[in-house]
Amino acid sequence: MVDFLFSHVSRVRSGKYYCIPVSTETAKKFQIYRHDPDSKGTPRLDTYEVDTQSCGPMVLDALLKIKNEIDSTLTFRRSCREGICGSCAMNIDGTNTLACLKPIKEVKGDVKIYPLPHLRVIKDLVPDLSWQYSQIELIEPWLQEDTSPPPLAERLQSPEERARLDGLWECILCFCCQTSCPSYWWNGDRYLGPAVLLQAYRWLSDSRDESIGKRLDILEDPFRLYRCHTIMNCTIACPKGLNPGKAVGRIKQMMLKRSE
Amino acid sequence: MNMRSELGHVRGLGAAKKGVGHWWTQRLTAVILVPLSLWFVVVVIGLKNADYETLHAFFRIPGNLVLMLVTVGTAYYHAQLGLRVIIEDYVHHELGRLAGLVLVKFVVILLATFAVVAGLKVAYGG
Repeated sequence: MVDFLFSHVSRVRSGKYYCIPVSTETAKKFQIYRHDPDSKGTPRLDTYEVDTQSCGPMVLDALLKIKNEIDSTLTFRRSCREGICGSCAMNIDGTNTLACLKPIKEVKGDVKIYPLPHLRVIKDLVPDLSWQYSQIELIEPWLQEDTSPPPLAERLQSPEERARLDGLWECILCFCCQTSCPSYWWNGDRYLGPAVLLQAYRWLSDSRDESIGKRLDILEDPFRLYRCHTIMNCTIACPKGLNPGKAVGRIKQMMLKRSE
Repeated sequence: MNMRSELGHVRGLGAAKKGVGHWWTQRLTAVILVPLSLWFVVVVIGLKNADYETLHAFFRIPGNLVLMLVTVGTAYYHAQLGLRVIIEDYVHHELGRLAGLVLVKFVVILLATFAVVAGLKVAYGG
């Protein structure tokens, strides 16, 4: 059966408390999940006081301030700082989002930060995404065509055909949607999840692609596709404002059209 | 020790090449059950405290019997489709899942047959 409780080695206990030297009204507490699987300890929640006056506006700014000035052992991924790379995806204030796009002011009370849920933790806020990358590989996310391109010219699309990719190409593979999906939590070993299915639909919608049938063949499975129960957590979580739930619905419509 | 690559695990046994029928039938039966359920509720309320003769007369009308049989059949079929999804979602032990799926199918067929025979008996029985 599904496990409804964490095992004792995964239960989070309270950890260290780092207070700022002089307390100010602009101080905010950040409670951050800390875990190093290489050490024998269980996960803990460390609390850091940060003066938001001397810090940038986003949660990522606070994390960088903590790492630079308070505790250099804090581990997290980050790169572009502007919502393009998807590296700083984490669970902030109970919702999966990008730390670089989440304003500190939006969080009422203490800011609680955990890694993306239901993934193996490599260290602190860094989850292991290798399984998700393999799932992406399964759907072959590249243009597949047998027709040769026009000599010395690119493959053309009409403006309408190009417009069909809007709301799909913007996905940055941060996996906020993927790890917010309860169905993916229960059956992530076989269900491809919203991020992978949105990516699959991006290629199913591409007018230049000539492998729609083969792509649908890969997806036509009670677990790979049909574990989506339209819970729509994915759409709520997406920090780029995309709608993976709608994309999955469209794939199901294509499957139906093919079978009728 | 398992040295298989993650891509190998993800590919697994390949796609089952089915699922669309189950998904579509579940939605179709759900839509069909909306008017049928309303009719069923109205009938149950209308036949409250009715004696056997009244029920017999009700089921002797072909339209009523057909609607009742279709309602019962669709409801049980829809229930079986839904329970199957729940078992597949939450029961991860392979044998347990298989046993659950077989049990659900068996119980649903049993109850549906019982309901159909009961309806026919009231309509045409002695």
